[in-house]
Amino acid sequence: MTNGWVDIKNTDMMLIMGGNPAENHPCGFKWAIEAKRNRNAKIISVDPRFTRTSAVADLFCQIRAGSDIAFLGGVINYAIENNRIAHEYLVNFTNAAFAVNNAFKLPGDTDGVFSGFDAGKFTYDRSTWNYAGPGAAVPAGAAPGALPPMPANVDYDLTLQNPNCVFQLLKKHYSRYTPEMVERITGIPKAQFLKAADTYTSIRKDGDMKQVGTVIYAVGWTHHSFGTQIIRTAAMLQLLLGNVGRAGGGVNALRGHSNIQGATDMAGLYDTLPGYLKVPTPADANFDAWMKRATPTSSQPAPWQSWNYYSNTSKFTVSLMKAFYGDAATKQNDWAFDYLPKVDRDYSWTYLWNDMYDGKVKGMLAFGMNGVAIGPDTNKNIDALKKAEWLVVGEIYPDETSEFWRSPRVLAQGDQNQIQTTVYRLPCAGFAEKDGSFSNSARWLLWKNTAVPLPGDCRLDHGIVAQIFLKVRELYNKEGGKFPDPILNLTWAYSEPQNPPLFEVLKEMNGKALADLEDPATKQQIKAGQQLPGFAWLKDDGTTSCGIWIYSGAYTEAGNQTARRDPSDPSGMGVHPGWGWSWPANRRVLYNRASCDVAGKPWDPSRKQVWWNEDSKKWVGNDVPDFKADSPPKDHMGPFIMNAEGVGRIFAPLSAFADGPFPEFYEPIESPLANLLHPERSTNPVVTKFKDTDDKFGTVKDFPIICTTFRLTEHYHYWTKNNPMNVQLVPEPFIEMAAEMADEMGIRGGEKVKVSSARGEYIAKAMVTKRIKSMLIDGKKTYQIGIPFHWGYRGIAEDEGKTARDLANQLTHTATDPNAHTPEFKGFLVKVEKV
Amino acid sequence: MSQETMRIQKMSAHAGAIPGEDTQRTYVVSKLIDTTTCIGCKACEVACMEWNDLPFGETVFDNTYQTMPETRWNYWNLILFNEHEREDGSLQWLMRKNQCMHCADPGCLAACPSDGAIIQYANGIVDFQQANCIGCGYCITGCPFNIPKFNPQTKRVYKCTLCADRVGEGLEPACIKACPTGCLHFGSKDDMKDLAEKRATQLRDHYNFPNAGVYDPAGVGGTGVMYILHDATKPELYGGLPKDPQIPLMVKLWKGPIKWLGNIAMIGGLIGLFIHYLRFGPKDREDQDIREQIALAQEKAAKAAKEKNEEEHP
Repeated sequence: MTNGWVDIKNTDMMLIMGGNPAENHPCGFKWAIEAKRNRNAKIISVDPRFTRTSAVADLFCQIRAGSDIAFLGGVINYAIENNRIAHEYLVNFTNAAFAVNNAFKLPGDTDGVFSGFDAGKFTYDRSTWNYAGPGAAVPAGAAPGALPPMPANVDYDLTLQNPNCVFQLLKKHYSRYTPEMVERITGIPKAQFLKAADTYTSIRKDGDMKQVGTVIYAVGWTHHSFGTQIIRTAAMLQLLLGNVGRAGGGVNALRGHSNIQGATDMAGLYDTLPGYLKVPTPADANFDAWMKRATPTSSQPAPWQSWNYYSNTSKFTVSLMKAFYGDAATKQNDWAFDYLPKVDRDYSWTYLWNDMYDGKVKGMLAFGMNGVAIGPDTNKNIDALKKAEWLVVGEIYPDETSEFWRSPRVLAQGDQNQIQTTVYRLPCAGFAEKDGSFSNSARWLLWKNTAVPLPGDCRLDHGIVAQIFLKVRELYNKEGGKFPDPILNLTWAYSEPQNPPLFEVLKEMNGKALADLEDPATKQQIKAGQQLPGFAWLKDDGTTSCGIWIYSGAYTEAGNQTARRDPSDPSGMGVHPGWGWSWPANRRVLYNRASCDVAGKPWDPSRKQVWWNEDSKKWVGNDVPDFKADSPPKDHMGPFIMNAEGVGRIFAPLSAFADGPFPEFYEPIESPLANLLHPERSTNPVVTKFKDTDDKFGTVKDFPIICTTFRLTEHYHYWTKNNPMNVQLVPEPFIEMAAEMADEMGIRGGEKVKVSSARGEYIAKAMVTKRIKSMLIDGKKTYQIGIPFHWGYRGIAEDEGKTARDLANQLTHTATDPNAHTPEFKGFLVKVEKV
Repeated sequence: MSQETMRIQKMSAHAGAIPGEDTQRTYVVSKLIDTTTCIGCKACEVACMEWNDLPFGETVFDNTYQTMPETRWNYWNLILFNEHEREDGSLQWLMRKNQCMHCADPGCLAACPSDGAIIQYANGIVDFQQANCIGCGYCITGCPFNIPKFNPQTKRVYKCTLCADRVGEGLEPACIKACPTGCLHFGSKDDMKDLAEKRATQLRDHYNFPNAGVYDPAGVGGTGVMYILHDATKPELYGGLPKDPQIPLMVKLWKGPIKWLGNIAMIGGLIGLFIHYLRFGPKDREDQDIREQIALAQEKAAKAAKEKNEEEHP
């Protein structure tokens, strides 16, 4: 989230799309209700189904799953056509005025792809996706295929009239997303779409900047083969309306678990290091080459300034290497650069399972997740596990992964006895049985204590991992090996190495001084060994260590900041500065400099976040300013300090995205029709599919119904089918379908139906409802259904044989988003039959 | 809202004065349910079960998000889900938390023939005292909201107590505490009425609900549980909330003009039989199912307890 849960109470307008927070985040949703009660705020709910969120919304639009970019692009078009834009914000705080390379071409002009597409390799040469200006040529001697840098000084036109400026390109690109086109693609009738567009953009009526709108989304946006670009479209809309950086505004991702934010922050991904630092690749010959590639250089109009905070990348990275390897990381050995694995290809979820399917991955440690159930294409996952030599599962319940060998499909195939995989199931700790911190959607780190002792023989998850590591290190010590150094030299300075106390891990993440330090400006001193107050102290000379730079400040000499529980809120704006600790630097709203006009005065005096104090010559406020504290407004430093341009990116240049600098609507991989904008280029052109036996894809001829998956309030993933309370609330799996469709098929509520995709079948009872209706997609009557995914073959009712034992992901496929590598769980094709 | 409000002010079938009646000024408590901000998350259902230690029962999928068709002797708090199409074609998914309404003039209490089986505290809470319950089921007939439910095993009737045990200690009922959106409010009746009217005004002025209003029906003397409804002219849409609930005529007569009849044992007995027939009548299948389920569940629980006992004390 750019903002936070509590901050939603400050909003005037909510666009809730690709998310169902009333269902999935009922506690956080209280702030949306607060905004309604106290500010007369409105909710627009756009969803394939009328949901619990829609039930308290002021306007509901039923959208075809996967057509979100068409809808949002249509809203952008509406805002521009009706002048519902934040003009001063747009010109000064975004790249709207920047001129773009003349060779850059929009998909409207080049058959549905951007300039630079290689139709043979399904990739883009992105060198034309750049700003215009001096110094934007590929330097001599660069590696073949290297992208040019951004120009140090960008050409620009503050009147926004230059036909090649970002704003004019944006306008041209989305002028194709007319209300008529939106209706044909999304199935939302034109009048209803116009009402939604008018309602949302009404906050900028007559150029007024006081009101604020927020966009709230969840995995309904990410689970697509173009998920990242949906979110991009929302961010662009928010920049266009001047809603980013402001209380009650922003682009707000709702995380589906208590600690998914923490998992991504800590690089539970193959392509980042902690704190979203870039991983090295085989092309990076040494530490300096890696840093040169990973560190952006500033690029903005000559009279403006850009802080370009990522110019500090080497300080964050050297401090990380010191945290990893301590004294073994020195300037002489390139900060142990050689110890790091070099990422040569895609190692995301579907690729890992595909590798196991192909027999390349021999074993798996599965902790904190039920891989068979959560991944797409269950059958492929089970087939992959059959080929593995071993599997270790750490869980609190017997789950579908640890018992893949007794899945209905394996039982049906009768090859249970042929499976050679050795499965070790380890009893782990539940969330209440361990301490540690959660990082929530609002980027708040909140410490929790152990509530109940571990039952029986259960162990702490991190204790198990620690003990495996110590054993591996012991073996390397004893037997040597090809390259023992990264294992032998890893820092492991915990008071209890077998079970590292988590507060010690948090201290390590925060970072400490390795030598006496002094701030030349303030003369503040930090002694060697002391905890760092924040990431501003990080150095790239080896005198600081820090496990994750964005968490620096979480555990200082003043103690564990995440354990703070001061509920006071002096400004009344839900900042609560003494409650837990949020990254970065305890800021609650990111980019909050943009909450002020160019002169540094808040757009809305009744919602003052930060402002320029002319007397003290400093930015001050109710929140921690997300800005260079002493940069006066007259210097025109951009508020988006993490971008090299200093401004918000309406046009995302160069390598930012794999599939285009502007989002373009592409159809889901399985879709009922060819893309109406460019039928020849229907789906995301850079998405590739696996070609194994299990990777099957269907067409509308065999599978005419659109299907999407979702979650219920009453259940938590695949866990709560083990809890009688939850089972009592919703005892059985079901399939939501339109009453009209059920009538046509002769299906009554409660009767069993079979849903099949090209991959598999799913049987459950029908939930016949008015909350899903038929749609006209390009004039053709189309149905979509929804399947809640909480069931499987292990649980109270399942073990007693009372319900079907299928997994919803038997239906889903393995094509993924090219940027975030998230599978397309939403919007695929099925057929429905009465059983 | 502490213990002094837990004085008894009404008592079923009680002859003579109620001890301590009208000796001090007290205020009536009230629960306010804003159906326009309810998201149907069922946190109140779970909180109710947990606080009151209610045993689990079996449920079956019934083409709805609603946990079960109606409240049970061991399930006192149930959100009713109803889909409704408005005249402009837009859909409403109405969610109403259903439980005892704690009527100021409780039909159950009026109907109850057992001394002290149903009491009303000075704070307005209507509470069943199972120790005094004779299991006749007249209260079920007397309730215009179909709330009290009979447990065939214990032969007693049960319902929501408005967490009298919590309220007596100055706490809010468990459902109120659990509600994540704050659609449940608890306080004095006057404060809640005030809050309700303000919210209804906001819904009329700023949202598209010209008929928004408060449900506090006069026919039962007003209720200790009030609703804010999107459309107060159509309470039936919310899972059959009666528009003008009244104490059934039979109960009124029984306790009013023809009360003397009750003194004639035989006729009284006949009326009793008749009411009993009205309530339990020809056994219907669903009833049977539920009883069988309960019996089965209890048998299972007893078996489990026995096994556990055997494991612990072989």
